[in-house]
Amino acid sequence: MASITFIEHDGTEHAVSIEPGQSLMQLASDNLVPGIDADCGGECACGTCHVIVAPRWFDHTGSISADERQMLAMTPEAEPTSRLACQIKASASLDGMTVRLPEFQM
Amino acid sequence: MSLYSFAINTSARVVPMHWQIRGVEALLKLKKHTIGERPVPTFVEAKVPDVESLALDEIDVSNPFLFRQNQWQAYFKRLRDEAPVHYQKNSPFGPFWSVTRYEDIVYVDKNHELFSAEPIIFLGDRPEGLALETFIAMDPPKHDVQRKAVQGVVAPQNLKQMEALIRQRAAEVLDSLPLDQPFDWVQKVSIELTGRMLATLLDFPYDKRHLLTYWSDLIGGMPETTGGEFGDKEEIFAAAKDMCRHFAALWYDKKARQDAGERPGFDLISLMQNSDDSKNLIERPLEFMGNLSLLIVGGNDTTRNSMTGGVLALHHNPDQFAKLKAEPALIPNMVSEIIRWQTPLAYMRRVATQDVELGGQTIKKGDKVLMWYVSGNRDERKIEKPDAFIIDRKGARNHLSFGFGIHRCMGNRLAEMQLRILWEELLKRFDTIEVVGEPERVQSNFVKGYSRMMVKLSAKAGGPLDAS
Repeated sequence: MASITFIEHDGTEHAVSIEPGQSLMQLASDNLVPGIDADCGGECACGTCHVIVAPRWFDHTGSISADERQMLAMTPEAEPTSRLACQIKASASLDGMTVRLPEFQM
Repeated sequence: MSLYSFAINTSARVVPMHWQIRGVEALLKLKKHTIGERPVPTFVEAKVPDVESLALDEIDVSNPFLFRQNQWQAYFKRLRDEAPVHYQKNSPFGPFWSVTRYEDIVYVDKNHELFSAEPIIFLGDRPEGLALETFIAMDPPKHDVQRKAVQGVVAPQNLKQMEALIRQRAAEVLDSLPLDQPFDWVQKVSIELTGRMLATLLDFPYDKRHLLTYWSDLIGGMPETTGGEFGDKEEIFAAAKDMCRHFAALWYDKKARQDAGERPGFDLISLMQNSDDSKNLIERPLEFMGNLSLLIVGGNDTTRNSMTGGVLALHHNPDQFAKLKAEPALIPNMVSEIIRWQTPLAYMRRVATQDVELGGQTIKKGDKVLMWYVSGNRDERKIEKPDAFIIDRKGARNHLSFGFGIHRCMGNRLAEMQLRILWEELLKRFDTIEVVGEPERVQSNFVKGYSRMMVKLSAKAGGPLDAS
């Protein structure tokens, strides 16, 4: 089973199976992963599905739009491999990827 | 930058800010006697007509009595159903568009290149002589730089440090409330708690904290911007001078202490002084005062009216209050529901930067556009039973009250925390929270709030205030 693992800030891991075509945000919500608020429901307009992608997976997550870059710039917890989970499309090629959740969503 | 702003900012290096304001005031008086003032609309309360009696083009949701008389729901429902992108060409504030459906509002809010936030987010233009500059009303890239400089003050990490202090101050206020006799919740709880919070964030002298809420009421309540009640220009200029004096003193005091080796605090002014982009902000008075005004208005009317609105909503929905008492873990979800249900700031304004098609209408370049969050939050197309107050509502966080996109509310986490703490502390102490009579509502098309609401409390058996 292809899966992606979300790691909460306290280290708790949640492996969820990949539904191709869904966003990482939807996968997290559907599997009740805590720590993803997704206030705007996937519009790239609130920044509350912030995740930090494991560096070696970062290049596999697709390109970052100007909108996403701007929303990420608004959180003080952003790191070089930060992404918004609603902007990453899940696919079988992401099997085994890990992403960390920040301590807080802003 | 206008010549006027340039002159103010340049002279700020040598002239104290409150002298400058005195200068502007004198100039305006001179202008009044020579070429005349820009006219300021006056608003006299009359009964708001039944919306069904009006033709679509007669509907004017800028009427500042729509909220005061609690008639807004029918007005916005009619617009959502019949004219979701609606043009009013003859309002006292000039022509403007109203966007009232949830999805359309998200579209406008997200597309900041099509819809500029400059120069101000109120419907009416800024009063002459007080053209403050604030990042909520700036476009990128300037917006991004200025917001970044101050957003640390309400970052979750900072809030974690402040939580115990906020809880202690909330407890002090609640422990001093009268039991079993009506009192004004707005004055004694909502204003008091938000005032204390603002004083903490700004490290403003605690015994003068009432000044912060007073200034905020004036800034948000001018007739030419929001249809508010504070039209006395002399009072406004006196307050502006006073505000400049206080904040300049605070700035220089902090600077001197830091220069003497003291560690900077976590308050807003210390953060500004320690960011390269804002360390000389005092030399740009319109921005300095503008950003402080933004923070005090942003932290005042919003939380204050959600503190009052939550009590009112639970009073009208006793089944929800029973559910809450049985399951206090619902508080965080209820806080989002309160913020949706109340929507303390009714809209934000934008200006189209080019012709834009929306909802079958053409919004022309330069037209004013209001995103009515208060309406989108009640849009049946997006939200199930939108007029109902449901503390365990699914997707309660998906409301518009904080806005979306680059101008999304910076203090959202602080607001949620303040409301969560308030309700946690209320449930510990009180068994009933009864609203007595009808609340009085604020005159404004922007602030959806309360000026007075009488409440009667009874102590919870076995709680800290139980005298038996």
